[in-house]
Amino acid sequence: MPSIYIVPAWLEENHDLEFLRLRISEVFRKKTVIYESKKIDFHSIYNPSRKQYNSSQFLIQLLNNHPKDALRILGVTDVDLFIPILTFVFGEAQLNGIAGVVSVHRLNNKFYGLPENEELLRKRLIKEAIHELGHTYGLVHCLTPGCVMNSSTYVEDIDEKSEFFCSYCSSVIRG
Amino acid sequence: MKPKDVSILIVDDEPSIRNSLAGWFKMDGYKTEVAEDAYEALKKLQENNFDIALLDIKMPEMDGIELQRRIKEIDKNIITIIITAYATVETAIQAMKDGAFDYITKPIDPDELSRLIKKAIEQRRLIAENIMLRGKIEELQSLDEIIGESPAIKKVMELINTVAETDSTVMIRGESGTGKELVARAIHAKSKRRYFPIVTINCGAYPEGLLESELFGHEKGAFTGALYQRKGKLEMANKGTLFLDEVGNISLKMQMDLLRVLETKKFTRLGGDKVIEADFRVISATNRDLEQAVREGSFREDLYYRLNVFTIFLPPLRERKSDIPLLTYHFIKKFSLSMNKDVKEISKEAMNLLMDYDWPGNVRELRNVIERAMVNVKGSRIEVDDLYFSISSPYPKPEGETLEDVEKAHIKKILNKTGWNITKAAEILNIDRVTLYNKIEKYKLRK
Ligand SMILES: [Zn+2]
Ligand SMILES: [Zn+2]
Repeated sequence: MPSIYIVPAWLEENHDLEFLRLRISEVFRKKTVIYESKKIDFHSIYNPSRKQYNSSQFLIQLLNNHPKDALRILGVTDVDLFIPILTFVFGEAQLNGIAGVVSVHRLNNKFYGLPENEELLRKRLIKEAIHELGHTYGLVHCLTPGCVMNSSTYVEDIDEKSEFFCSYCSSVIRG
Repeated sequence: MKPKDVSILIVDDEPSIRNSLAGWFKMDGYKTEVAEDAYEALKKLQENNFDIALLDIKMPEMDGIELQRRIKEIDKNIITIIITAYATVETAIQAMKDGAFDYITKPIDPDELSRLIKKAIEQRRLIAENIMLRGKIEELQSLDEIIGESPAIKKVMELINTVAETDSTVMIRGESGTGKELVARAIHAKSKRRYFPIVTINCGAYPEGLLESELFGHEKGAFTGALYQRKGKLEMANKGTLFLDEVGNISLKMQMDLLRVLETKKFTRLGGDKVIEADFRVISATNRDLEQAVREGSFREDLYYRLNVFTIFLPPLRERKSDIPLLTYHFIKKFSLSMNKDVKEISKEAMNLLMDYDWPGNVRELRNVIERAMVNVKGSRIEVDDLYFSISSPYPKPEGETLEDVEKAHIKKILNKTGWNITKAAEILNIDRVTLYNKIEKYKLRK
């Protein structure tokens, strides 16, 4: 059955992504499955001088190794991601494609030296996952206040927006 | 400007950089194109319009600095942003001197990049607005300078209003200085094309070869000195109006080329083979007797009919002398503002002088006379001594040597005074209407 696949690609801890699976299946109204892939090779995408991982190459690896019936495939990692031109990214997606990636690295209060807050971290991850999947449906950054498709540069921007699409963006998702 | 109306060209020899930049901007909704070197960039710039160009400073063969110089020659309004590594900041400073909007160093903070693009778009919007405003001011000026109450000029205004709404080709006829360009601008400003440019080309002002390249544009290397590709006026007039001033002066060869373009709205740049289409309305103007030129064979008949779909004749000022006071006061007011002077009126004697003068240079000459008077005037009223007539003597030329000259001038004066009411004029002249008609015919007097 055609599904949205969530691919955990942790390096250190094993996170339980059940909350994310439920939320994504609700939002996109598609069967959503957590899919363990052995084929993601993080060593090859590591950039030692930046001490970061290349997000575009992560995306390519997902695309080369996805189940045949994948409607969408979302990689979730906790390493710090970059694209060559930028200092960092929270995530990346193919516009109108099938793949997206998100990283919890900079969503975690720990990164900013703040007390950990598991609930806040989950909320941020849900927003960024929905946001990146939104791009795969062809959505670009939205200026409607609160829409999950608002672009966010800082973690505070993520906290400021909701996890919902505005009426325009949701009409695109619903087709 | 909405993001989807903004197009960005990204030039970098490093694929991962140009692709990640393009991806980033696409997510923001911008239109993007990438080029892997300066040559590809220049080619894309010639095919499409871009608002912003991001240029990597370090590229093989032609670097970002040189590329920027060439871009500015093609379109000086494109916003250029230089991407640099720390090691080359000094060159980035050179790029700024050459007109770069800003430079950024790799790797870029995402927020800095977004902010920079927003700033660039704002700058771009201001440039576009300025260009439009400048155009608007010219149009407004033109509208308020077609002034008069005489039947002749009222007829012209009526025609402008009628023809503006149609998309018809218009030819404006009249002596020089009668305001043909003002009429063309007024037609454009009242037409549905008013949000697009009116592009003027003075066909009499260029030697043949240059006129061709002005109109059609040229590709790089089309002739000696054609170092870069250039868009012609036909392309610039797309969606707007093309105003061909002094169209009676173009060579037979150009007449043929022009005819072809007007018929097909398709053409190629000099030295190029790509067919370009442009949608423009043509308004032309001439002070030549084109019918005579057609008879002589110096003007193509088919082109004449093509241009002459709708004709507006502009009367010379001497045939609408009743408009002189209105025009005079209009110019006084206008120059009072621009020269910051408090001039309010003109003496009766000075006005009489203006009324009696023959105005070979028409409204333009009147405007110049008033402008000079405004420079000279001491108080708040223009006096006879302030008036200088540029073309002939400082005073109206004597009414003529012979009795016939005097008679001709006098009849004309009375006719103008009565607004060409033949019965009234005959009454004042104390002759019958038939005699007056005969004299009008004899002296070839025209309204
Ligand atoms: Zn996004
Ligand atoms: Zn939205």
